[in-house]
Amino acid sequence: MTPWSPGDDVVAVQRGPRPGGAGGAYRAFGETLRGLKTTFARLVEGPKTIQYPEEKVPVYPRFRGRHKLHRFEDSGLEKCVGCSLCAAACPADCIRVVAAENTPENRVSAGERYAAVYEINLSRCIFCGYCEVACPFDAITMGHDYEMSDYNRSDLIFTKEMLLAEPLERSPLRAAGE
Amino acid sequence: MSVLAEVGYYEAWWIQLLKAVVIFAVVFQLVPIILLVERKLLGRFQHRYGPNRVGPFGILQPMADIGKLVFKEQFRPRTSIGWLFAIAPAISMMTACATVAIIPFSDTVDIFGTQVGLYGIDTSIGILFAFAFGGIAFYGLMLGGWASGSKYSFLGSMRAAAQLISYEVSQGLAIIGVVMQAGSLSLTEIVGWQEDNVWFIVPQLVGFLIFLVAAFAETNRPPFDLAEADAELVGGYNTEYGGGRFAAYFAAEYLNVLVVSGLTVTLFLGGWNIPFVDPPTWVDPIVVIVKIVLFSCFFIWVRATLPRLRYDQLMSFGWKILLPLATLNALVTAILVVIW
Repeated sequence: MTPWSPGDDVVAVQRGPRPGGAGGAYRAFGETLRGLKTTFARLVEGPKTIQYPEEKVPVYPRFRGRHKLHRFEDSGLEKCVGCSLCAAACPADCIRVVAAENTPENRVSAGERYAAVYEINLSRCIFCGYCEVACPFDAITMGHDYEMSDYNRSDLIFTKEMLLAEPLERSPLRAAGE
Repeated sequence: MSVLAEVGYYEAWWIQLLKAVVIFAVVFQLVPIILLVERKLLGRFQHRYGPNRVGPFGILQPMADIGKLVFKEQFRPRTSIGWLFAIAPAISMMTACATVAIIPFSDTVDIFGTQVGLYGIDTSIGILFAFAFGGIAFYGLMLGGWASGSKYSFLGSMRAAAQLISYEVSQGLAIIGVVMQAGSLSLTEIVGWQEDNVWFIVPQLVGFLIFLVAAFAETNRPPFDLAEADAELVGGYNTEYGGGRFAAYFAAEYLNVLVVSGLTVTLFLGGWNIPFVDPPTWVDPIVVIVKIVLFSCFFIWVRATLPRLRYDQLMSFGWKILLPLATLNALVTAILVVIW
C-alpha cells in the first residue's frame, strides 16, 4: 500500500533561520533596530487620538442613534397615529404606545387616532431600526444622537415630548467623502 | 586608619553640605519630569497623546500621581516581616540617591572666589562607588520582595537578585575598557580624557553597547523588567507595596534611570563636553542635564519597542553572550592600550 500522496496541494513553508548562536544574536540585534525604527516612525506620525468630549467622531447619515418623532411641517400635527406597529416590530419590546381618539376640539395627529402615550425605554433599546421600518407614516426615525448615558434608569425612558422635541444636535454628521 | 579612597578635591564642610542639597534638589526635580516625559513619549510612540488633562498639557500629572500615592493607606500583609518591609524601599531610594553624588556636572569652577567642584564627591575609586551602591541597591528589591511574604513578590525578588548579579558582571567588565584607556577610575578624570581626545563611545563602541544592555537590566527597565513583570508576577517585588512606600520604589526606579543615564553620559558621551564647541563653564551642568534627559528618552524609546524577555533567555543572554563579549572587549582594549 503506497502512502497517500498529497499531490499539488502541498505548499512549501518558508521557515526562518533557527534561533540561537552568533547568527541569531546578529539577527536579534538587527530586528531590535528595526523595531526601534518602527516605534520612532509612530512618534513622527503624531497622535491619532480623537479627544472625545471635545472632539467627536462624525456619524454617517444612516447612523442609528436616538429615535425622533416627527410632526408635519405645515400643520404642526404629529405624524404618529398610534397604530403600535413599531411596538409590535420591536424585538427588545421597549416601545409602549397607548392610542386615543382625535376629537375636533383636540386634534393632535393627522389620522383618526393619536398616541396619547409614546414611551421608548432606551435602556432596553438595541437600536435595530425596526420601528423605523415598521412605521407606515415615517413618524419615527432613528436620529444621530449617541450620547445617552444617564445616572438613572428611569431617566432613560423617553416620553413622547422628549422624542418630539428637537434634539440637541450634539453629534456631528460626516460630510460627503469624509 | 587605612585610607579606602583618596578624594580628588574637597571644599569646606559647609560648601559640601550646600552642594549636596543643591545636587539632590536638582536631580530630584528631574524625577517627576522623567515620569511625565515617559508617559507622554510612550503615548506618542503609540499614536496617543499621553496624560494631558491634569494642568496645562498634563504637566501636573506627576504631582497628582505622587499626591495620590502619598495619601494612600500604608498597609502590609500579615505574613510580612515588618521592619524589613519598611526599610526595603528606603534602601532602594538611598542607594539611588547616593550614586548621584559621583556624577560630575562640571570640573571645579570659581563661584564668588571659591573653588567649587560641581559634583558630589570626586573619589579616586569613582566608578567603583557606583557599583558598590548598585550592589546594595539590589537588597532594596530583594528584601522588599522577600519581606512581603507573598509568592509573587518572592519570585520577583529572586529574579531581581539573579538578574542584577549576572548583569553587574558584564556592566563592570564593559567599563574596564574605558578605565584602561583613561587610566583612571575617577569620573572627572575620565571626562577630562574625553575632553582631550574623543568621546569614549567612539573607541569603546562595543563597551558602550554592552554597558547599555546591562544598564537596562540593572535598572529593571523593559525589556529586562523581569523583577516587576506585571503580566506574570502581578507587580513582582513591589506587589504588596502601596502608598508612600510604593512611591519610594517608583521614584527610586526613575532615579536609577537618571543615574544610569548620568553614568553613561559621563563614561561614554563626554560628560559636559560638546565636540568642536567650547562653551563657558556655567553651561556645563546644563549640558550634562540635557544629555541625561535625552538619554533617558532613549530608555523610554526602548521600553516602547521591545517585549519582555523570557527568563531563561535573559539568563543565557547575560552569561553566554554579554559576558564573553565584555571579556573580549576588555582583553582587546588591554592589548591595544599596551601596544600603543
